[in-house]
Amino acid sequence: MRMMTDDDELAMQAGAGDAQAFRLLLERHYDRIYRVAYRFFGNRADAEDIAQDVCAALPKKLKSFAARARFTTWIYQVVVNACRDQLRSQTSRAALNKVYVEVSELVSAGERDREKQVEWLYVALDHLTPQLRETAILVLAEDLNHREAGEILGVKETTVSWRMHEMRKELKALAAADDGDHP
Amino acid sequence: MTTEIDKLNQAFDAEGHPLPSENSRDAAIAHAMEAFARENPSTTQGSTDPDRLTNTGTSVFKNFFRRRSMNLNLPNLKPMMIGGASLAVLSIAILNTQYVEQQKLKSPIDLDVRDIHAAPSTMNAEVIGLPGAASANGINTPTSEPSELVAGLRGNSDDAMLADLEIDSTVSSSRIVGGKDNAGRIAQEQYASRKKEDHRVAPLGDEGAGSGIEALMRSATEAAPAIALKSTESVAAYDAYSSSTVQERSARPPSAPAIAGGMIAAESQLARARQHQTPDDLANKQVYKDQGRDKFTDITPNPVRLVHEAPVSTFSIDVDTASYAFMRASLNNGVLPQKDAVRIEELINYFPYDYAAPQDKSEPFRAHVNVMPTPWNPETKLMHIGIKGYELPKTNKPHSNLVFLIDSSGSMNAANKLPLLRNSFKLLLSTLRGDDTIAIVTYAGSAGTVLEPTPVSDKNRIIAALDQLRSGGSTAGAEGIRQAYQLAEQNFNQSGVNRVILATDGDFNVGITDHEELKSFIERKRETGVSLSVLGFGKGNYNDELMQTLAQNGNGNAAYIDSLTEARKVLVEEAGATLFTIAKDVKIQIEFNPQTVSEYRLIGYETRLLNREDFNNDKIDAGDIGAGHTVTAIYEITPSGSAGRLVDDLRYQSPAKVTTESNAQEYAFLKLRYKLPDQHTSTLITTPVTHTAEVEKVGAAPREARHATAVAAFGQLLRGGRFTGSYSYDDVIELAISAKGDDRFGYRAEFINLVRLAKSAAGMESLQR
Repeated sequence: MRMMTDDDELAMQAGAGDAQAFRLLLERHYDRIYRVAYRFFGNRADAEDIAQDVCAALPKKLKSFAARARFTTWIYQVVVNACRDQLRSQTSRAALNKVYVEVSELVSAGERDREKQVEWLYVALDHLTPQLRETAILVLAEDLNHREAGEILGVKETTVSWRMHEMRKELKALAAADDGDHP
Repeated sequence: MTTEIDKLNQAFDAEGHPLPSENSRDAAIAHAMEAFARENPSTTQGSTDPDRLTNTGTSVFKNFFRRRSMNLNLPNLKPMMIGGASLAVLSIAILNTQYVEQQKLKSPIDLDVRDIHAAPSTMNAEVIGLPGAASANGINTPTSEPSELVAGLRGNSDDAMLADLEIDSTVSSSRIVGGKDNAGRIAQEQYASRKKEDHRVAPLGDEGAGSGIEALMRSATEAAPAIALKSTESVAAYDAYSSSTVQERSARPPSAPAIAGGMIAAESQLARARQHQTPDDLANKQVYKDQGRDKFTDITPNPVRLVHEAPVSTFSIDVDTASYAFMRASLNNGVLPQKDAVRIEELINYFPYDYAAPQDKSEPFRAHVNVMPTPWNPETKLMHIGIKGYELPKTNKPHSNLVFLIDSSGSMNAANKLPLLRNSFKLLLSTLRGDDTIAIVTYAGSAGTVLEPTPVSDKNRIIAALDQLRSGGSTAGAEGIRQAYQLAEQNFNQSGVNRVILATDGDFNVGITDHEELKSFIERKRETGVSLSVLGFGKGNYNDELMQTLAQNGNGNAAYIDSLTEARKVLVEEAGATLFTIAKDVKIQIEFNPQTVSEYRLIGYETRLLNREDFNNDKIDAGDIGAGHTVTAIYEITPSGSAGRLVDDLRYQSPAKVTTESNAQEYAFLKLRYKLPDQHTSTLITTPVTHTAEVEKVGAAPREARHATAVAAFGQLLRGGRFTGSYSYDDVIELAISAKGDDRFGYRAEFINLVRLAKSAAGMESLQR
């Protein structure tokens, strides 16, 4: 019964005022919302805040959900937009993130390699432009194909491909700069 | 070559999926459910939703089960769990939902009031921590209604919903077709071929959309009064609701943002009818962020003048309405408009007023004056001047030679710009005669004539040309305007209407960027008999200042189109007023009688003031009045000897007494000058304003004057309420309700809703500080 209902159907029901449908949607998608937000900000506190705000805003937004996109695509759009807004209002936060990553590295010396990789990840992500960053999150972390990512970001599939190309160049430049720092 | 990307990918993998903590997850969901209950009060409140159990002692147990079932991916456990929660609870929920739905269909007014009464009680209960659903339940005892009837009615409402969704999706699809330009130029070049495909497909889709929208417009028009009625009646109820929300917020500071969200949600129910036609929430959010870039002229409110120092007040009429629509768009987004965006005269003149119209064309308009007490100041009076233009009989419309000058620059690429514009012009087509001609000029990068003058009878060609409009490039506004005027002159019709209709977001950024130059060009063109209407679209970088300048100097009018409803008002309901000028350069001059009036203040018209000597100078341009237009101006006057004087007498000078006793019954002397459209010399109309025009009580004033007063008060409140004392939004609402009349198109009901939204927005703003 309810559990088998697909997301789009549930979203329509929730938009029409069905509380159970809404709850089910939240259960299914909260983790995804949180995960994407986490990737944007690289820390738990921000991700939790964003996820909570997104969820609280959903009841209103759902009223305009008209199954013109798949629900999953739609929810990605909502989260990405919320993250963009947040990023715009707190650019100085990036500096804090780096400190956070460094501290957490000290704490878990045992998992040094993995930690180092993750640290590099957020340094690299911070280095990218917002456009490339959100593309990276959707394509590499969320494993979406270019068409899906394009739909979510509101750009053409080929724009996504082009951004991936740009991203490679950027990362290469970053690597070169790092090498320059530590010969 | 993909090593860098691989490295990033591996890093993501190494991190694994960041999982939220159980606590934050549960908190977020509980939070969202609260928001949901607030957004859907009619379906959830009082229904003892099983989710509320999370707040009680069983939550640990329940959460455990829920998490298990989710983590183990055993979806079939879920129904058991739900069933286990409580069958009885579920059945009550179903009964209740049905009941509410029946009520909704039976009597919307009752339902709203009920919601409001119930909502605060639920909230209070939450604050204290008691299971308060019981009290809400008491109100919602299920009744037995014939369910067949309900089913039938429900069918209808579903249809309506579908229609709504349809318009949403058409808007968004046309936006997608239009192409997003921020994708980067390289990508665009690469896929130019693909874009061509889009172009081929698009007209078909848009044509469908167009007719769909037209159909919807018709039904919306019919439905509007009903919706309006509902909202007004429930105004009092909403009052109770929002004030209780405010109380709750102060009681529970930590969750303030969520409640604020809920409050917006509640308001959005009022605004929803309109929001369906504007872009989706995401776009709205963007718009809100961009607000600071909209340009408005600074306005300093008219000061209080002493009659014995400056007995004469002169101004040009203003028939623009752009400010009202802009304010509405802001309020529907839950924010107060910028102060300078509020031009009070435009708010007042947005509404059609039921003043007696003149009988024939030779007397193009008639002035009505009355004096009433000021609702916001017991010591002063309001002098209300209403002018109604001659209404052209439908059969006697002059021939129209119209040139659409359409901004198709990249900045027009949004659902509330180009697609809305397209549909707006299609609406306009439906009001024109078959032998009227239309030409289309676009300006974007390079300006161009898209459609040579074409008779309206060849509708398909015009529509096809509209549908092929695509946005892209920067705005070469000036060149476009030149071409448009050239086309209008080529096709000039001596006895008809010759008008350029400029549709833009006002972002001229290529070509003549010097506004003065553009302004003088338009001024010169005014002499040729071609007039200009400006339709403003979109929000974000809307250049209101320039739009006003263009319209005022081009013998024209400016309107702001934020929705198809507004397009219908401007281009269909008031097409006569928008297109057919019946008198031009209309100026008003008032001379106050120092014997009866000590101080006066003109409310609004700050951008339209004229020098005293300009009144008799026919070279000085002033506002035009269209067929059936109404124009209203309000002065706040302080009678001589009143305790409400703001300016003290001077010690060393005393005002000269010049009046004779015979004029003691007069407040002022009203002079009006106008030119008929084809004349170059003006005609003068004069009327003394006497005590006979005065009423003792606000309630005794004519309904139209009361409504104008309510709007004037609202405008002043939005601008900071410098002269309005303790007059509140609630007082405005009360006055507006008393003056609503039959309100055929629901404009006044909408106004009342906007006051309500402003009240909430103001409340929120003060809390955010």
